[in-house]
Amino acid sequence: MVKEATIWSLLEEVNDPEVPVLSILDLGIVRDVKREGSRVEVIITPTYSGCPAMDVLRMNIRMLLLQHGYTEVVITTVLSPAWTTDWMSEKGKEKLQAYGIAPPLPVQQVCHPGLFHREEAIQCPRCHSYHTQRISEFGSTACKALYRCEDCKEPFDYFKCH
Amino acid sequence: MSYSTRVDYTLHLADNALILGHRNSEWTGHGPILEQDIALSNIALDLIGQARNFYQYAARLINTEREAKSGSGMRSAAGQGAKGAAGQGMSDAASEGMRAAEHEVSEDSLAYLRDGWDFKNCLLAEQANGDWARTILRQFFISAYQYLLYTTLRDSRDTELAAIAEKSLKEVSYHLRWSSEWVIRLGDGTPESSSRLQKALDDLWKFTGELFLPASYERELAKEGIAADLSLLKEQWETRVREVFAEAQLFVPGGAEAREGGRETRGVGSGEDGKSAGGREGGVNSEGKGGRETRGVGSGEDGKRAGKGAIPGTDRATWMQMGGKEGRHTEHLGYVLAEMQFLQRAYPGCEW
Repeated sequence: MVKEATIWSLLEEVNDPEVPVLSILDLGIVRDVKREGSRVEVIITPTYSGCPAMDVLRMNIRMLLLQHGYTEVVITTVLSPAWTTDWMSEKGKEKLQAYGIAPPLPVQQVCHPGLFHREEAIQCPRCHSYHTQRISEFGSTACKALYRCEDCKEPFDYFKCH
Repeated sequence: MSYSTRVDYTLHLADNALILGHRNSEWTGHGPILEQDIALSNIALDLIGQARNFYQYAARLINTEREAKSGSGMRSAAGQGAKGAAGQGMSDAASEGMRAAEHEVSEDSLAYLRDGWDFKNCLLAEQANGDWARTILRQFFISAYQYLLYTTLRDSRDTELAAIAEKSLKEVSYHLRWSSEWVIRLGDGTPESSSRLQKALDDLWKFTGELFLPASYERELAKEGIAADLSLLKEQWETRVREVFAEAQLFVPGGAEAREGGRETRGVGSGEDGKSAGGREGGVNSEGKGGRETRGVGSGEDGKRAGKGAIPGTDRATWMQMGGKEGRHTEHLGYVLAEMQFLQRAYPGCEW
């Protein structure tokens, strides 16, 4: 008999294909794991509605569990409550920073549609300066914004609060 | 609650998101600068993701209903003679979806195998991209609408729709801010950007009325607390548009003319600070006209527009087009579908 905790620890091995330093547990997208007999159900929630990584993630979760002998795997997607960067682990934030992506601010800010809204300063993941500028709030993936550091002059990605 | 009504409404929400998302994706690789190309592609991705959630739900509704009907069909066949499994009360879209996929309806069959008259998106979503100004303005109108719509739908009695709305709203907030800022940037920018945006506004305004005119399925579901009551969203939408247009120094077509039946356009046209004033309520005055002409935006056309608007009953500027929600579309949708559906029509079931 396997415990749910075993499955949780296996899921730690599934990484986000677009931000490979983060596991799906770091991201906070695994909401629950249920086991009944030989049946394993993994409940996940997408980061963004159109995130193309989700299909790959679902497949990778299934493959991993199959490899470990779980033949009856159900992956359920739930939308509510909607994913938030608040669910990202502290360890995940450290990994992002080391990888060169500024992690979401510790104080959760949700995008509100106010005009020319100014956000809190984002720290450059390379030189740690706060003298940075947002170039675009849409970046290389749905979850990131484009920034530039005015001190070291390097562009960088910011994993935006959501 | 009728089953087909809920399918129609879900498809309407899905089609709006898909068609606008597809339109935006036409910009991918063609944006004016890399960052904005990426921004619009991201917005397209969000919208198509939202559409997928709605289509998946619609497909579940259709399949569940079919299953139930074929079950009861068999039972009734045993009792009182054969009766078609796909009974009346099935919406056009649903039965179309059934024809499209022999066995199971899926998000893909709903997106790729329905015909133009099955699509229930608003006409605004399918309008051609035109230039950057036109694309931005279309996005702004729809984002402002979706923002309010999804805010309301979060409390829908249909928990599935409420969940999709809750998810989508976070994304739409970005779209609204981004498109609002671009409307201001272009409108209050150079004479060239301003005139292009004003031209886009003159062309697109007539498609905005439909957003707030409920189709029969919206009216029915609003009564049951499932769909949003569009009449409640309209005023808030106008407030947002007015606020942004005042900053952008934009004028709504026919906005200067305070006439019966033109309430909505007049409301938007008269900026609160008077900046966008082509005359406040009460109609065209010399100051209003002057204000338009000094903007140097094709003053000849401006003059024409004002003149046209001044004749009651012949005001083409404030005439609102509609029909998309019921499957009556402009010619643009056909071209969108021809491109978007080509692969699945030519090679059914193709995957890669």
